[in-house]
Amino acid sequence: MHNFQFVKPTTVADAVAALEHDGAQALSGGQTLIPTMKQRLAAPEVLVSLTGIDAMKGVCKGDGGLHIGAATPHAVVAREAAAYYPALAHLAGHIGDPAVRSRGTIGGSLANNDPSACYPSAVLASDAVVVTNKRQIAADDYFQGLFSTALQLGEIITEIRFPIPERAAYVKFDQPASRFALVGVFVAKFAGGVRVAVTGAGEEGVFRWKEAEAALSAGFHMAAIEDLAPPKQRMIGDLHGTPEYRAQMVKVMTKRAVGAA
Amino acid sequence: MTKVSMTVNGKAVSRETEGRTLLVQFLRDGMGLTGTHVGCDTSQCGACVVHVDGVPVKSCTVFAADVAGGHVTTIEGMANADGTMGRLQQAFQDCHGLQCGFCTPGMVMSAAALLAVNPTPTEAEIRAGLEGNICRCTGYHNIVRAVMQASGQASAAVAAE
Repeated sequence: MHNFQFVKPTTVADAVAALEHDGAQALSGGQTLIPTMKQRLAAPEVLVSLTGIDAMKGVCKGDGGLHIGAATPHAVVAREAAAYYPALAHLAGHIGDPAVRSRGTIGGSLANNDPSACYPSAVLASDAVVVTNKRQIAADDYFQGLFSTALQLGEIITEIRFPIPERAAYVKFDQPASRFALVGVFVAKFAGGVRVAVTGAGEEGVFRWKEAEAALSAGFHMAAIEDLAPPKQRMIGDLHGTPEYRAQMVKVMTKRAVGAA
Repeated sequence: MTKVSMTVNGKAVSRETEGRTLLVQFLRDGMGLTGTHVGCDTSQCGACVVHVDGVPVKSCTVFAADVAGGHVTTIEGMANADGTMGRLQQAFQDCHGLQCGFCTPGMVMSAAALLAVNPTPTEAEIRAGLEGNICRCTGYHNIVRAVMQASGQASAAVAAE
């Protein structure tokens, strides 16, 4: 790994200032970035750790939902969100393995937007708001394709605000070696309708399966999507599964999520 | 180079450290605590698990500078004060929960982290708790038995997976 200057600010303002250096890169839990740096696929000159910023940590019930600091590790979300949003806590408690969950953070996951990561599905299905040092971004605007987001250079996610649905569940068919989602589906039923977000499957990353949303908004039961065609999005094909397999699994996982919600 | 200070197995330590120095390098190369192993170096295998402020982390995937000020416990910190093996370590020996032993430090540290929050885990909870630790010799049967024994539970009935 190439060497770099390591800085660990304690305020968002100091972190934003540190990220203005050429070649600066934000580091959250590092569970993706550090392996990437070892491979020399990333070689920042300045690494700005966000894990020393207390204002970016914690889970609390706020106006209109659950507010989670972006630097909150998965293990803490799993524990502290359980009373408010069990489906989200369950998702957080099944990312990677216990040691990964000690370090990996929700903000880091969302900033990276891996097409097989779990959290993007929860954010999109919950219609959550991604709060940064500059603005608030609706989930529908935030995710912009493979490893792409609405974040601008130097912009830091500080908090995620989740509306809490009436019923919800996340069901993941995990790739057993990596424990990433081969296909993961998050279903959230609100008074105004149902949202279904799919991760692990789409070539452009997380997406909403709108046909299923319409069917489930009309009747929230497993049979409601029985006759639907699989989603039309282009699916990932790799050694773990063909695009056709993944498309079918989206339907299976959606049904299971509805059953579990 | 910057000075990084932390507490390792109860002792305060301070070393000049590069930004890129991983926690596992700080422990092994810097302090000579070679009980913590590097297996895959890609955060898959769990041989390098240590505790930082009471929670398990993969020390190959954390920068030493990022845990400055923290309290780190390694496998060397798991023995009793008189140098004999701690309860969990003894259970691994009693149950033959290892073969080559390379994964064992990480297994013990992950198991200890599990028992700290769940003193009497079920077999399924033990297997979930050790999900991030890979053993390529024995399978996991005797490791699970060892954790059952260390938590004061009957271990004979553990089903082979």
